[in-house]
Amino acid sequence: MTNATAAAPTTTATWQPLCSRDDLVPHSGVAAWLETADGPAQVALFYLPGQDTELYALDHRDPFAGANVIARGIVGDLDGEPVVASPLYKQHFRLRDGRCLEDETVHLRTWTVRFDDDRVMILA
Amino acid sequence: MNEPQLIIIGNGMVGHHLVEQLIERGATAQYRITVFGEERHRAYDRVHLSEYFAGRDAQSLALCDADFYATNGVELRLHEAVTAIDRDRAEVVTDQGRYPYDRLVLATGSYPFVPPIPGHERDNCLVYRTLDDLDAIRAAAENATTGVVVGGGLLGLEAANALRGLELDTAVVEFAPRLMPMQVDAEGGELLREKIESLGVQVLTDRATQRIEDGEASFHRMVFQDDKVLETDLIVFSAGIRPRDELARDCALEMGERGGVVIDDRCLTSDPAILAVGEVALWNDSIFGLVAPGYRMAKAAADTLCGGETTFTGADMSTKLKLLGVDVGAIGDAHGNRNPSARTFRYLDEIKQEYRKLVVSGDGRKLLGAMLVGDNATYDTLMQYYANGLELPEDPASLILPSTEGAPTLGADALPDGATICSCHNVTKGAICATLDAGATDLGAVKAETKASTGCGGCAALLKSVVDHELEARGVEVDQSICEHFAHTRQELYDIVRVEGIKTFGELIDRHGHGLGCDICKPAVASILASCFNEPITDAAHIPLQDTNDTFMANMQKNGTYSVVPRVPGGEITPDRLVVLGRVAQKYGLYTKVTGGQRIDLFGARLEDLPDIWGELIEAGFETGHAYGKSVRTVKSCVGSTWCRYGVADSVGMAIRLEHRYKGLRSPHKLKFAVSGCTRECAEAQSKDVGVIATEHGWNLYVCGNGGMRPRHAELLATDLDDAQLIQAIDRFLMFYVRTADRLQRTSVWRENLEGGLDYLREVVLEDSLGIGDELEAQMRTVIDAYECEWAGALNDPEKLKRFRSFVNDARPDPDIIVTEERGQLRPA
Ligand code: SRM
Ligand SMILES: Cc1cc2nc3c(=O)[nH]c(=O)nc-3n(C[C@H](O)[C@H](O)[C@H](O)COP(=O)(O)OP(=O)(O)OC[C@H]3O[C@@H](n4cnc5c(N)ncnc54)[C@H](O)[C@@H]3O)c2cc1C
Ligand code: SF4
Ligand code: FES
Repeated sequence: MTNATAAAPTTTATWQPLCSRDDLVPHSGVAAWLETADGPAQVALFYLPGQDTELYALDHRDPFAGANVIARGIVGDLDGEPVVASPLYKQHFRLRDGRCLEDETVHLRTWTVRFDDDRVMILA
Repeated sequence: MNEPQLIIIGNGMVGHHLVEQLIERGATAQYRITVFGEERHRAYDRVHLSEYFAGRDAQSLALCDADFYATNGVELRLHEAVTAIDRDRAEVVTDQGRYPYDRLVLATGSYPFVPPIPGHERDNCLVYRTLDDLDAIRAAAENATTGVVVGGGLLGLEAANALRGLELDTAVVEFAPRLMPMQVDAEGGELLREKIESLGVQVLTDRATQRIEDGEASFHRMVFQDDKVLETDLIVFSAGIRPRDELARDCALEMGERGGVVIDDRCLTSDPAILAVGEVALWNDSIFGLVAPGYRMAKAAADTLCGGETTFTGADMSTKLKLLGVDVGAIGDAHGNRNPSARTFRYLDEIKQEYRKLVVSGDGRKLLGAMLVGDNATYDTLMQYYANGLELPEDPASLILPSTEGAPTLGADALPDGATICSCHNVTKGAICATLDAGATDLGAVKAETKASTGCGGCAALLKSVVDHELEARGVEVDQSICEHFAHTRQELYDIVRVEGIKTFGELIDRHGHGLGCDICKPAVASILASCFNEPITDAAHIPLQDTNDTFMANMQKNGTYSVVPRVPGGEITPDRLVVLGRVAQKYGLYTKVTGGQRIDLFGARLEDLPDIWGELIEAGFETGHAYGKSVRTVKSCVGSTWCRYGVADSVGMAIRLEHRYKGLRSPHKLKFAVSGCTRECAEAQSKDVGVIATEHGWNLYVCGNGGMRPRHAELLATDLDDAQLIQAIDRFLMFYVRTADRLQRTSVWRENLEGGLDYLREVVLEDSLGIGDELEAQMRTVIDAYECEWAGALNDPEKLKRFRSFVNDARPDPDIIVTEERGQLRPA
């Protein structure tokens, strides 16, 4: 027989609607306000129509400048990896996992997002 | 578990470099390494300490990641000072215990010397060496309005700059008769003083402080030898550094007469179990107060500990600095007092405030030293002559005399293999060639392999030219592609766009590139498309290509807000319009400043307020000023014949005409114009991309001038033109530049790279030698005809306005934008 141990309490993420497809700007980013169990977050949403992954959600806050501007960066790819360049000091962040290419110790948070018809859903 | 214990005391720049060198040599398998650091912070970049005041934090100054030591199996004990070395028991002692060592390295650096002036221990008497020192200065500055730096050497001037940055009225007090007595001579010192005083820093030389006491108007009063006094709220001492050799002294290691732990070529002290490196070490009777020699000692010490061969054989103390924005360079025997037979050449320009001195050998063939104040452009070349013992040209003075071609440069090919390219990491041209021969194919690979240019960064330009040159010599084509998405230069993309009539980025990348594009090629292509077709940059197809400034048609500021700069053609503005600007600024809480381009900048606009602000401005007749674009900025004017008693033509009228003609033209880089009403040149036209000066007979046209980072005088392209000729020449000149320049290349740099020089440019523009004059003019016509104010266009289009929302799903403003008041206006908190 095994003893049941209580699982550490975790806040379970749920899918919640964030905005609509119309709010997005193709090949670019917009910012959205997200309420989570840990408090509010500012999310940068990038929309790359026609790509394998069309939608990405990352922190809107630029950790280098401390300003909320990431959604206003230029998106593109470097070595095949989709990235956004911070509009202030131009560091690149991978859309996939938020990692900063110029400084491995710096990450943006990322969220899982998907389309539900024309709604943008986020797991948070 | 019986590995020998290696203890390093001091986690400063050199101590850290030693750990890196040890790890590189696999020393962690051989020793158990423990590092003690007295400061709270792990090793950080002291050389760039001052950037802490300019916004960099401790994290970004750190020399390694937080887990670097742990990951590599080195124990780092911060905030734990070593208080004694017990050589009999081979232990070091701290407040927390005793630690046995087999080998010990002293890397304790130095401390700022505070002269024992009565009163030096008062509150608000500070020093400038560590992050904690800077925190203390910042805190003291909160309640201060004036500051004094005692000591006018290199670090003193840096501290003075920091005080100025903290908005204190700043003075420098130097004991010697001139500033930087170590680096410059009397003439250079005088020039330096003038320059620094013109920046608003008071300079007092020949001043010995006798005592510091309570002040009347300020916190302190400093009393000098002649009973003169100076009141100030805070004092920073920067009167030299002294080695932190107290541990070594107490345990009776051999010391220098004036301090410092004596070491040999292998960095061993008089006790062979103990080594010393960095600023605490005394080699051949010298202390080296720079980081590059310290790094070389660290290398030698690592070899000594791991059985390698490298030794420390001294280091060059040449320095190239920018202090308070003033260039200062000292190479080798700059004073010429170490070589009795030396002769000097000197050049002093009191107008431009430049001073250069060469110290050459008696036979005039070798450079022994040099001193530069005001302009370091010749430093790299002189350094190469000096460091590599190159034969001087017939007339050495040509190296320091002003020349119209800019500073003479020594081509990368002229350097011998032994030439040091990067002195921080001691990388020679030979070492660079070796990595290329071993398969490195680009600059990045050379940097990664040799570490060249990863220290102070001063050698970056030279390194690039050596690498490019050597690659070419090896038959490797140096890749001039704009980025990884297009195997084309900007000029090639420009031609493709025009020839194939391509109108969107998507089309271009599908046909001629691959991938998604990036922040290099997207704005460059956007600019090309705009130069060719001038479609609104706010169109859906172009929006994702632009830098944020172009996207939101405003300049992003450091806190994510924007600045708004309406066009004020020629700098002429009616009182009514001025009132409108004032009212709008008041209503939206915008910081207001007159710019260097004769217009008014409104700072701090929130993204979501931009459309309303522009709505009101356009209503009052304003247009966008394109302050955000690589495009025509301003046409500056002087008042000219309408009012000025000397004016020979209506310079304001011509400026306004030119500004309206070319506004909206997008180009490889920004374009600035000016028009002056007579030869007195109050509009400074000769520093602009396009400068026009009225003459008795028409207009003189100057081109390719630049202010900014590397000022360049404009050159006279044509004289005595009438209005129509003037405009034709400018049309052609601008379009020729737009066609052929590289991305982000100002006209000045483009002109310097233009084969055939000014004569060729004259032929193309004035004589139409390429037969493209009509075409260039027609193309300008297209741009001019397609002009519309981007802001007016955007305001009429709800789809375009959708982007101006703080959040797409919430109307609240960004709560993190916080402002505070200063001098009666708002600024970021
Ligand atoms: C506002 C202003 C300073 C001021 O308070 O007076 C200014 C502000 C900026 N300048 Fe400037 N420059 C301003 C006049 C100048 C001048 C003087 C002039 O135009 O007469 C110069 C030297 C002249 C020249 O360019 O040749 C100047 C040389 C630069 C440079 C260096 C350019 C160069 O080629 O060396 C940069 C950096 C760049 O463009 O890469 C720069 C860049 C900038 C940027 C855009 C930096 C940035 O990316 O944030 C600043 C942002 C402005 C903003 O947010 O609105 N600014 N800048 C001036 C705006 C003029 C205007 O009305 O449009
Ligand atoms: C403002 C400023 C600007 C500079 N600019 C330049 C420049 O442009 N170019 C250049 O080449 N150099 C410059 N320098 C000098 C350069 O920073 C030094 O040469 C370099 O830091 C020396 O390294 P170090 O490791 O010997 O000493 P440090 O970097 O001073 O490190 C010594 C460390 O040891 C610690 N320590 C001392 N005693 C003990 C103890 N008993 N126990 C534990 N820890 C101890 C200290 O707290 C310190 O952290 C500048 C210095 C300053 C302050
Ligand atoms: S440049 Fe000549 S016309 Fe213009 S303000 Fe100066 S003196 Fe007067
Ligand atoms: S000279 Fe300092 S990095 Fe090369």
